[in-house]
Amino acid sequence: MEDLKNFLISRVLLLESDTLPQETEKSLQYLRRDKTDVPLIFISSGTSSMIAGSEKTYFSAKTYLEESDITADIIRVGCTGPFNYEPSVAVQMPGKNRLFFRNITEEKIEPLLNGVFHNDINKDDLLGQHGMKGFEMWPGVPFIGDLPFFAFQKRIVLGNCGCYDPESIEEYIARGGYRSYVKTIRHYTYEEVCDIVEKSGLRGRSGGGYPTGLKWKQALNTASGTRYLICNAKESDPGSFCNITIIESDPHRLIEGMAIASYAIGSSSAIVYLRSGSDYAHSRIQKAIDSAREYGLLGHNIYSSGYNLDISVRIEPGAFVCGEETALINSLEGKRGMPQLKPPYPTTYGLSGKPTVINNVETLMNVPIIMQNGPEWFRSHGTDNSPGTKIFAVAGKARLTGVVEVEMGTSLKTIIDDIADGIKDGKEFKAVQIGGASGTYITHDNLDVPVDYELMKERDAGMGAGGFIVIDESTCMVDLVRFYMEFIRNESCGKCIPCREGTGRMLEILEGIIRKPANEDSGTTLERFKGVMQLETIAAVMKDASLCGLGQTAPNPFISALKNFREEFEEHIFDRKCRANVCRGLRTFSIDVDKCTGCTACAARCPVNAIYGTRLQPFFIVEDKCIGCGICFDICKFSAIVVK
Amino acid sequence: METDIDKVIKKYRQGRREELIPLLQEIQETSGFLSEDAIVKVGKHLGLSTTKIYGLATFYDQFKFFPKGRIHIKVCNGTSCFLEGSQAVLNNIIDETGASPGQTTRNGNFTLEVVSCMGGCNNGPVVSVNNEFFTKVKPEQIPEMIRKLKYIFEND
Repeated sequence: MEDLKNFLISRVLLLESDTLPQETEKSLQYLRRDKTDVPLIFISSGTSSMIAGSEKTYFSAKTYLEESDITADIIRVGCTGPFNYEPSVAVQMPGKNRLFFRNITEEKIEPLLNGVFHNDINKDDLLGQHGMKGFEMWPGVPFIGDLPFFAFQKRIVLGNCGCYDPESIEEYIARGGYRSYVKTIRHYTYEEVCDIVEKSGLRGRSGGGYPTGLKWKQALNTASGTRYLICNAKESDPGSFCNITIIESDPHRLIEGMAIASYAIGSSSAIVYLRSGSDYAHSRIQKAIDSAREYGLLGHNIYSSGYNLDISVRIEPGAFVCGEETALINSLEGKRGMPQLKPPYPTTYGLSGKPTVINNVETLMNVPIIMQNGPEWFRSHGTDNSPGTKIFAVAGKARLTGVVEVEMGTSLKTIIDDIADGIKDGKEFKAVQIGGASGTYITHDNLDVPVDYELMKERDAGMGAGGFIVIDESTCMVDLVRFYMEFIRNESCGKCIPCREGTGRMLEILEGIIRKPANEDSGTTLERFKGVMQLETIAAVMKDASLCGLGQTAPNPFISALKNFREEFEEHIFDRKCRANVCRGLRTFSIDVDKCTGCTACAARCPVNAIYGTRLQPFFIVEDKCIGCGICFDICKFSAIVVK
Repeated sequence: METDIDKVIKKYRQGRREELIPLLQEIQETSGFLSEDAIVKVGKHLGLSTTKIYGLATFYDQFKFFPKGRIHIKVCNGTSCFLEGSQAVLNNIIDETGASPGQTTRNGNFTLEVVSCMGGCNNGPVVSVNNEFFTKVKPEQIPEMIRKLKYIFEND
């Protein structure tokens, strides 16, 4: 182990020339697992794979190998991207292309391995093969790069995801990792690094799109003895999981990006601010930091360059608003995570009053790539205003969900129709929401908009941090808006009144719209209507007067839904009808007498005893008692329950 | 006698305000929740008033002030799970267990927690029971599931 470490440091990391000598390259092939003498089994092991049961697959693969006395290496890798295919397994036989399989649960792994070892592969679960130079092809197996899910993507940042063991620093170095970092601290000045990143046109990937190089320069030009770099990995939007997947699959590149960024701003201490509840990502990044320290990549006087750096991990204690820069700093200082008025911006007055740069995970992941390939190379990707790529976490009603990376300029239509393979269950597309809990809706008419900061803004859509929720016709927009408003109401920190009170009032009114009409002739109808008239005013005030982004953007889903789906709101308010049949309070059920067999299943389960009847005779529902829960609808085997 | 809490506090020797949150997090990790005793001790150590610490701890969702129940149910209410019907699943769990979100039942059997995304978005709604994941949960499966869990208590 010690020999390997010395070899990697002296022959790879400290090498001056850009290309490695052939003999070094040869020995690295084994480390990179391009060449192997024994079969290799790669089992994905991110949070999403674990939920799908990858750990069980791992252990049954292990028992199988032990029982059948086969020598093979099992490697836990990160997620490749498509969550529908989890737990995914890849097998590489010596001298042959790597094969990818999908949905390999514990009972499937034994027949699969048996088949591969005996050259007879099961085509049902097969995804494809990964073509590698100088390896034998599997006949009749498609290439994985030709699958639409991968073919329309441009995987630069996600390039390593699912390809190497995230807990092995050796493998990362063998894949060319940490070389640009060592080159940077030995040959460049702080300003030069800032210049390179500024020239590359890299912009903040958390949604705002502020030029990263410029941000670094602001911190660097503020006179101070201490500066801080914070990696904002607090991603707690409901339905967003890019950062966690990246950290689990490729923690070393994040460390390298952070290290280069820290050097560029002359900081000697960096912090990863990680979302709570992501234990797996925490252990992975902590291991990566420990092994980087062991290799002398972090610490004192790194490789005699005179540069010191240490990275620590801090777990966010569970408050959505802490994703905001100033709130994040407050929480790191041991105070309540409440935002503060800007300016002063953190780049001049941040953590403990020192200049602080806060960057998103995805932004920092781009940095080593820019340093390695140069700013011109980076600029050749994407659009003029927004170079590079963007990662989205496609979720919701799409047929394929998962983490995808597209070149800037790709249209949203391509992401939905080609990469995500359209809408599942043959339903109709309704809208896509980009940017988490405060994102706007993009309907069919605007789907041709390319992924680009400015062009998206022109159509009232924000880039967001990576949330990409596909919505189909079975979703009620009013209910969805209420869901987001409830989330924001719960997460509002309570410091400024427009946000604290505004979210509460908006939620009340929205709940009034979807509540069961109690007694229509009393004043409640009028009250409800008055509220509806005021919704837009409240939204406008919140947008103007809230202190931080949370409150300012909180009404976005409502404003956007009202603009695009006004008829749905009107139906709810005037006709008291929900076209998607989602809103509990507005739906009533009745029993089709011709279909009902009188099995009593529904009557037994009704929580409010609203179903009456005699056994083996058609039953009936008392409308006044019915709360619209839909349990009877789900339970009826004869589809005798009809929604009105 | 030196308790677990004292041991944790000892590790944070500098006693700076910045250490407050990691210190509380570690106490919660070792003892499962923040007791009154723990908050008083932390206050003495950091020279902060108890109300300040309590005020901070209640601000964040992570900190709990009661011991966890024997069965810890987490329901994902992220957008994907919401679209797949997690609200109905959650309502059924509340009805069956009698625990409200973020609370533990009086008998200490169930703790119910609602989280915003667990990362199993294609498998929603996701429910985790003592860190074992159940995917694509249907609301009608809940009564059976809870009955089985209750059965474990009765035969314990």
